[in-house]
Amino acid sequence: MAINRNFRTCPTTGLVFHEQGEKLIRWNAVAGVVSLLVGGVLALLVILTRWPAVHLLPADWFYLALTAHGLDMLVFWIIFFEIAVLYFCASTLLRCRIAAPRWAWTGFFLMVIGALTNNVAVFRGDSSVMFTSYAPMGAHPAFYLGLILFAVGALIGLFVFLGTLVVAKSEKTYIGSLPLVTFGAVTACIIAVFTIASGAIILIPTFLWSLGLVNSIDSLMYKTVWWAFGHSSQQINVAAHVSIWYLIAAIVFGAKPMSEKVSRGAFLLYIFFLQLASAHHLLADPGLTSNWKIFNTSYAMYLAVLASMVHGLTVPGAIEVAQRQKGYNKGLFEWLRKAPWGNPVFSGMFISLIGFGFLGGISGVMMGTEQLNLIIHNTIYVPGHFHATVVVGTTLAFMSLTYFLIPVLFRRELMFPGLSKWQPYLFGLGMSGFAVFMMGAGTLGVPRRHWDMTFAGNPLGHEFPGAAYLMMGLMALSGLVAIVGGVAYLLITVGSVFFGKKIETPDFKAVTVREGRAAWPARQPVAVAIASHGNIGLGGFVAPGTFTLAMVFLVAFVLYYFVNWKYLSTVWPLS
Amino acid sequence: MSIATPSPDLDDDDLDEPIPAMQQLLDNPFLLLFIGVAMPTVLYIIWGVMEIVGIPIAK
Ligand code: HEM
Ligand SMILES: [Cu+2]
Repeated sequence: MAINRNFRTCPTTGLVFHEQGEKLIRWNAVAGVVSLLVGGVLALLVILTRWPAVHLLPADWFYLALTAHGLDMLVFWIIFFEIAVLYFCASTLLRCRIAAPRWAWTGFFLMVIGALTNNVAVFRGDSSVMFTSYAPMGAHPAFYLGLILFAVGALIGLFVFLGTLVVAKSEKTYIGSLPLVTFGAVTACIIAVFTIASGAIILIPTFLWSLGLVNSIDSLMYKTVWWAFGHSSQQINVAAHVSIWYLIAAIVFGAKPMSEKVSRGAFLLYIFFLQLASAHHLLADPGLTSNWKIFNTSYAMYLAVLASMVHGLTVPGAIEVAQRQKGYNKGLFEWLRKAPWGNPVFSGMFISLIGFGFLGGISGVMMGTEQLNLIIHNTIYVPGHFHATVVVGTTLAFMSLTYFLIPVLFRRELMFPGLSKWQPYLFGLGMSGFAVFMMGAGTLGVPRRHWDMTFAGNPLGHEFPGAAYLMMGLMALSGLVAIVGGVAYLLITVGSVFFGKKIETPDFKAVTVREGRAAWPARQPVAVAIASHGNIGLGGFVAPGTFTLAMVFLVAFVLYYFVNWKYLSTVWPLS
Repeated sequence: MSIATPSPDLDDDDLDEPIPAMQQLLDNPFLLLFIGVAMPTVLYIIWGVMEIVGIPIAK
């Protein structure tokens, strides 16, 4: 069969799209957005139930909606979009054809079938086992089968990504090292391979158990291996959204990494250590020793946290350097004040970065400490933390990338440009408030995954303080603001992709490129910025504003950490 | 020099210097894949599973 070597060059950015690669990126992104739509409707139902003043759904529907919300958001929306990002980083950024497009399509269809199967199982009503589906709580076999099919499909996608890297190298579509953004995508892909392998190790026996072919699944064994999947999949997200931060810094500002060595080293720390932090989900479980817990969470996790802090420093640092070179050199923060805050590609990315670091990062380190974990274990603090990481961090980063992709990839003008300016603020700030209030309520002991915090009609009730109800109310209100932001995103993207004004390029044609021979047209600025390497150096304060931000972060971090130790001492008075 | 010059933003100097060991590691996605899968498999899964298997069964 002839290999498709048709490419088009985007006239505005100079990015090069392979015909098949482009279709795959589009369809994976679209499938992701559809999952986000379903998950978003469910989010509304869940939040209206957890708002004590409304308490919308009956208990069985609440647990059904919560299960489906977790899966559609955290598994289907995120992973479809991630596959799109991986194909973009391999094919478009390396100007290389997608390896084995047929396999890529097979993977895609398996993912679609898997997602549908799993959703059908949940909506039938007998699989409300939550996203974690802890054995011995059993779901319908189709629940596990759907997840397995989806995982196999995603695994095929990962190998197509790796295959594309091999093709790019052998067809010499790039020279030297991979661009940093693509390297970040490699990191995400590696973590994803481990994630999916762990998922298979545990979900396949559980599937057989649901069919009655296996006698029992040990619950602690399940939890331990399941979290190698459940936690690592969050680390795919981190690697992916950090790559997108670098990508957007390059797109919007032409920023080059401050020090590629440092940034790549930080990604390497992710590859080594990030997945070990899975153990923080078992800190409260007996049966595993403190050696295992503390090695995996503290020692290893801090190295991964260090890596995140490096990225959190070098991305704004690179932006600062680029802005200062453009003349925004006054004082500490002119570069930031004069940033394009009305451009959702930038504002979304920056809110994602700050929210992920300050809210998700700090709370994550607190929770990952064995002793402190007990203060918040299984409280609503936990979803507070991960909505800060995976929604403000990952989801918002993906949203801001979409605004760039609509004209470039889908060749449509953005609809509702006025609304799109506000969208990152509604979603990002709403979600940040939501996460903070959840953490507040959790600190007061409000449980997660709980239908009725009043325990009405229960023989063993518990009276929460008024402040806990206040927190839950505020959580619901800010959650609604975020939902308005989510609706705006769906309106803008679906509207633009299907009904937006087509961007016509008069002399457009797909160009066939012979293996390694064709000279590419000179790259336009955006494409150059994303794919080029840079070294401005970290010494000598090239980015004093970012340094100041980092110090603010450090102080917040230290204070919050110690406040929690203090709080722990009051939970268990020893005198 | 290779036949293709696909990246006008790289000059020849970049190609002449010897490649440091660390960069060779970073440039080898399959080696990284191996390390990235082996580390957590040993330190998290195998170690963890061994501890669970070692828990005595109640009589
Ligand atoms: C406006 C958007 C969203 C709102 C208002 C929202 C709201 C909520 C609420 C109220 C809960 C229930 C907490 C509990 O009772 O334990 C929840 C759980 C959850 N959410 Fe969201 N969410 C939103 C978006 C997302 C996104 C984008 C993701 C993932 C990318 C996500 C992932 C999850 C997960 C994994 C759970 C936990 C399910 C479980 O405990 O099994 N959410 N969300
Ligand atoms: Cu985790």
